[in-house]
Amino acid sequence: MPLQPAPIEKKTDIPEGVWLRCEGCGEMLYTREFEEMLRVCKVCHHHHRLDARTRIKQLVDEGTFEEFLADLVSTDPLQFTDRIPYKERLQQIQEQSGEKEAILVGKAYIKGRGVILGVMNPAFIMASMGAVVGEKVTTAAERAVEDNLPLVLVTASGGARMQEGMVSLVQMAKTSAALAKLDDAGGLYITVLTDPTTAGVAASFAMLGDVIISEPKAMVGFAGPRVIANTIKAELPDGFQTAEFLLERGFIDRIVERKELRSEIARLIDYCGK
Amino acid sequence: MADTIVNSSAGNGNTAVSGSGLLEFEKPLARIEQEIAQLEAQQQTTGRDLSEPIGELRNLLRGMTREIYTKLTAWETVQVARHPRRPIISDYLRFMVKDFVELHGDRTFGDDKAMVCGFGRIAGHKVMLVGHNKGKDTKEKIACHFGCAHPEGYRKSLLKMKLAEKFNLPIVCLIDTQGAYPGIGAEERGISQAIAVNLLEMSRLKCPIVCVVIGEGGSGGALGIGVGDRMALLQHSFYSVISPEGCAAILFKTGEQARRAAESLHLTANELLKLQIIDDIIPEPLGGAHRRPDETIQAVDQYLAKTLRELKRVRIDTLLKRRYNRLRTVGSFFESANKPATPPRIRKPKAQGADRLADAASVDGASKHRRSPAPVAAVESV
Ligand SMILES: [Zn+2]
Repeated sequence: MPLQPAPIEKKTDIPEGVWLRCEGCGEMLYTREFEEMLRVCKVCHHHHRLDARTRIKQLVDEGTFEEFLADLVSTDPLQFTDRIPYKERLQQIQEQSGEKEAILVGKAYIKGRGVILGVMNPAFIMASMGAVVGEKVTTAAERAVEDNLPLVLVTASGGARMQEGMVSLVQMAKTSAALAKLDDAGGLYITVLTDPTTAGVAASFAMLGDVIISEPKAMVGFAGPRVIANTIKAELPDGFQTAEFLLERGFIDRIVERKELRSEIARLIDYCGK
Repeated sequence: MADTIVNSSAGNGNTAVSGSGLLEFEKPLARIEQEIAQLEAQQQTTGRDLSEPIGELRNLLRGMTREIYTKLTAWETVQVARHPRRPIISDYLRFMVKDFVELHGDRTFGDDKAMVCGFGRIAGHKVMLVGHNKGKDTKEKIACHFGCAHPEGYRKSLLKMKLAEKFNLPIVCLIDTQGAYPGIGAEERGISQAIAVNLLEMSRLKCPIVCVVIGEGGSGGALGIGVGDRMALLQHSFYSVISPEGCAAILFKTGEQARRAAESLHLTANELLKLQIIDDIIPEPLGGAHRRPDETIQAVDQYLAKTLRELKRVRIDTLLKRRYNRLRTVGSFFESANKPATPPRIRKPKAQGADRLADAASVDGASKHRRSPAPVAAVESV
């Protein structure tokens, strides 16, 4: 289900005052300016991937994010081992990223509007979904009902976490069931799709927003492009499985540039009354 | 998701099915079966009474079959589940479902033959039947993409399930797929969205839903019609987040490791019952469903009869509460890292305060939903 092996993510923290190369066009960019542009290339507008803390810092009113369930970790139900034991893999990535899991959830304010916010972390095993991600998303939906607040989820994921086997697959049903409750309660649910939102996460909470917005050119799809190419024995069309591709076919509502996300979310919340 | 669209029943090297539909590990059985056939032929032509040695061989065959099938490995189970002669939905329609009225229309795009829906009677209960169709002969297999459904298949199934809800009929889902179809059309028509909506809606449909994996339970394509009040597996079927071959290719960097991947994924009925991912196992006849399709279908029929009777007795609001609780607690394998092995590196000094704010209320909220023996440690708020 996940599209690719969990790569060891390179650090996204960039020391100030140096130049870096845009991953989109290769242009050299001045780091401070790049940060001011929210890590969007000023030349080609490539939206670089963000770790969850950076995303939250960009999105919410300063210092308002109150995280919950910060402590949850997997119990490794399958005692899974591939090249290294899953437990070890988790430890490595926890040390590298400084995070316990692939999503942060909490309460925050966006332009003064209270929200329950969840942000996935592509720097953590491609933000694949295991029991912890499932529990945090589910709890976030329940908190949105309890506190009568809109739920905003910023998605990015390679899909289910293979190392948790079927435990990861059932998180799709669990999160979707919690979102049905939020829907029943009349709550607003906004999803912000970011690069890449795929497989089990695309086929559950990412695609269930009342309003679905996406960052430009984010890869969004179900099956891995290589798997599809293998099946049909042909090249895939240009722009296949991008946000633009989905917008054209009616599966998302808006493509929003990173710098507009805050005001866009606030605007949507104002229209939906809560 | 569906990593390999290869027809697993075509007898490629991986599945090791010979032309006669024989699995590699069943070859010793075949040799004895052959001997019995020879003796029987001899008996007929010569008129000599060979009933004694034939009887002995039959006993031996039974013993060996039992021995092989009681300790099937996960990888062997996958092969049994994919056996070309394993009963598929059309067999169940013929032998288990009375008065089947197929309903084809998704009202949007077209008829997906990989998904079969319709009214029918099972053990006297009027139901809505929904299931994957892998196809019997080559022509049908191609027409229904070997049981890999497109978005329109999932949308058709939801439409029919809502029809069942409207008229208060229980829903029976027979799951048998390698996964949803990985293709351009499937992506263009929103396969992710189609599956996601099924998951959400099935969690709140106001009628009983029973799901049975009768062969392959392939990932999101299986789950897309697999949310309900009961989840059962036929004894030698399997349910997995990814095919063993796909998992091996990604994690072990070689498809040859499928055997190891199958073990690692805990995809057999017994393992999934231990993990409380599924509720029930329906026993198969000795030697697997492909040896006695009639007995297999009868076992599923009996299971459905009993389960439907049980579920129909439950008030609908109670049923929905239980269903949500089941979905809410399944797969809750997490704990609180109250003593982190490594102190979390603080990246953004400003977020420091928020970082430590473990919300006690929500932590409690999570703990009250836990299934009793789930290995979850006590949560300690900071
Ligand atoms: Zn650029």
